[in-house]
Amino acid sequence: MSIVFEKSKFLTDAPLHYCPGCSHGIVHRLVAEALEAVGAEGHVVGVAPVGCAVFAYNYFNCDMQEAAHGRAPAVATGIKYVNPDNIVFAYQGDGDLASIGLAEILHAAARGVNITVIFINNAIYGMTGGQMAPTTLLGQKSTTCPYGRDAILNGNPIKVSEMLATLDGPSYVERVSVADVPNIKKAKKAIEKAFRNQVEGKGFSFVEVLCACPTNWHMSPLQAVEYVKNDMTKIFPLGVYKEV
Amino acid sequence: MAEKKLMKGNEAIAEAAIRGGCRFYAGYPITPQNEIPEYMSWRLNEVGGHFVQAESEVAAINMVYGAAGAGGRAMTSSSSPGISLKQEGISYICGAELPCVIVNMVRSGPGLGGIQPCQGDYFQAVKGGGHGDYRMLVVAPNSVQECVDIMYDAWDKAEKYRLPVMILGDGMLGQIMEAVELPPMKDPATFPKKPWATTGEGTGENRRIINSLYIVPDELEAMNHKLQKVYDEMAKNEAKAEEYLLDDAEIVLTAYGTVGRIVKSSVDMLREKGIKAGLIRPITVYPFPKDAFKKVGEMKSVKEIVTVELSMGQYIEDVKLYTECKKPVKFYGRSGGNIMAPEDVVDFVLKEVK
Amino acid sequence: MERLIVAGFGGQGVLSLGQMIAYASMFENKNVTWLPSYGPEMRGGTANCSVVVDEAPIASPIIATPDTLIAMNKPSLDKFIASVKKGGLVLVNSSLISDKVNRDDVKTIYVNANEIAHKIGNDKASNLVVLGAYIKHSGLFTKDEMLKTIEKVFAAKAKFIESNKAAFLAGYEL
Repeated sequence: MSIVFEKSKFLTDAPLHYCPGCSHGIVHRLVAEALEAVGAEGHVVGVAPVGCAVFAYNYFNCDMQEAAHGRAPAVATGIKYVNPDNIVFAYQGDGDLASIGLAEILHAAARGVNITVIFINNAIYGMTGGQMAPTTLLGQKSTTCPYGRDAILNGNPIKVSEMLATLDGPSYVERVSVADVPNIKKAKKAIEKAFRNQVEGKGFSFVEVLCACPTNWHMSPLQAVEYVKNDMTKIFPLGVYKEV
Repeated sequence: MAEKKLMKGNEAIAEAAIRGGCRFYAGYPITPQNEIPEYMSWRLNEVGGHFVQAESEVAAINMVYGAAGAGGRAMTSSSSPGISLKQEGISYICGAELPCVIVNMVRSGPGLGGIQPCQGDYFQAVKGGGHGDYRMLVVAPNSVQECVDIMYDAWDKAEKYRLPVMILGDGMLGQIMEAVELPPMKDPATFPKKPWATTGEGTGENRRIINSLYIVPDELEAMNHKLQKVYDEMAKNEAKAEEYLLDDAEIVLTAYGTVGRIVKSSVDMLREKGIKAGLIRPITVYPFPKDAFKKVGEMKSVKEIVTVELSMGQYIEDVKLYTECKKPVKFYGRSGGNIMAPEDVVDFVLKEVK
Repeated sequence: MERLIVAGFGGQGVLSLGQMIAYASMFENKNVTWLPSYGPEMRGGTANCSVVVDEAPIASPIIATPDTLIAMNKPSLDKFIASVKKGGLVLVNSSLISDKVNRDDVKTIYVNANEIAHKIGNDKASNLVVLGAYIKHSGLFTKDEMLKTIEKVFAAKAKFIESNKAAFLAGYEL
């Protein structure tokens, strides 16, 4: 019998704790495959966030550090400067990266530090039970904007890719989605490119991935991917925002 | 004898850090410790290390977390308000058992406070500061040479116990210039191996994970016990105090850091007046030199103890605790950035102590 | 033991004047502490430094009663004059301070430092002029020891050595 498909060697055998229909599993796999594609074996360190992906260190089969909430880019900066030849990546959610850790991501990007950051934007705080995120859409309900996000009451969603693209530091900023197979294929390319850039010494690379959170959106997995496709992409258009 | 160099406390700390093996520094500007990042910005470059001016103290301590976790000899420095911001990171560093060095050139508080010397961060430094059950090795040098000697070996100690070493100074110590002898550059090849560090080769069961998250209470409790064992071991090995004219002392003055040397002059002045004064100065404020203080509490000649601090009375609590309240303890302090002169302490003793 | 306070406007070189004493102490194998005031007052307001020189190791770097006060401007003289030890030495920059010191239990030397510095073509060196007068009247170091110190301290900026030595000597030979 011939093997036609194998799990990436950059994933451990630990069963994922993510909810049914959650996109984290897909992105974990894309990151693992990208690490494999760029030949990261033996010289890679990942940084896990606080949030749903807090246990990412159990899933990625490489050296990992768990960062405090929002601080993954700072931790990754320290790791990179100690061993500049290592591939270093941070994997962060929207509360982590776009709220409490906005300063760290902006300055890591501005510094142009040669790391790769994968940003999971699912417009919600998942781990803590569905509170409003900095990326929650106007009108979208959460446990802390139960009537739907209101611009006057709750402020507006933050568009991180657009913001980072205004900086001179990043070499690559793209927003992708994993809502369907064609988009997953594009996401795979983008993530691989973000790692290849690091290998080639091009500097800070950033991929924002629009993801579904059926549990906290109170939707079925199918409804959730439709919400990503139809609603999220209107506010967070897909595409390359910066490429040097 | 090695050649002497006239250096500010802050600069000497930076140079001794480099010679002690430091190759990564992250920090954020704040008075009165700015000479440390300024010095590091060019000196680390010379020795092939990395300097980062971070976007905040929060980012700086987390860069140190990453660098220390990756096996580097890393440090940050700041002053009181900035150290408050670092507390989260310090707690994580302790939880993840990472060796590093943190310098606090204390200024007056609370709040934005002032920029002049103070010792108001004593509780923060020795009783926690951040959340959770953790301890650090906290050392309070009183001279530029002592700064050098402590910094030079700081990573050796931090790596031995896998915890942060904090240098608890103050604005005076950072700004004062004295002649120092600098030790030779340590050879990184002699540093102990760090099999736990995320150096990138890990895979499968050999993966290294730097983490402080333990969801299962039994696992975390086991971790707490493991840490405590280390703290006990450190307490046994590292507690250190300087004693001066204690043998026949009737009045014992006690102070740490720069105040310890101001008070040493007070002791001399009191002795000139025929008063049998002595000094005990903790060099480590955590672990506290318990045995030395217990002995003072038990000394027949000692009638009274006076703690002298640049605060409203923090250090006095440990003095009472570790002399086991066997002698009366009086408090003399200045705050707000004011510094007592040796004469002020003498006046206090003449007036307030029988 | 010598306990010296040097005070003046920020920019008058009061901190570097103190540092010259600190360097000389180190070169002559004496113990020394040099402690500056720091903070916003260093620009425009008064700056000062406390210098303690001793054969024995120095305990307190804090000076309550200085043996010597060098006052480069009026606010500094007003601030510190009462604290000077009986029988102490006071150097007054009379270019900027027209008042006379109203204490007869200290030895006062008036140095019109700015005029002298200007005359020798080195307006910035009024502090070295006063240093010269201080060394002459205190005898803390010999003239040659201080000249050697100036050479060493300015070794990296050789073009300043001669003009600084000239300023020092102008003060020393007053």
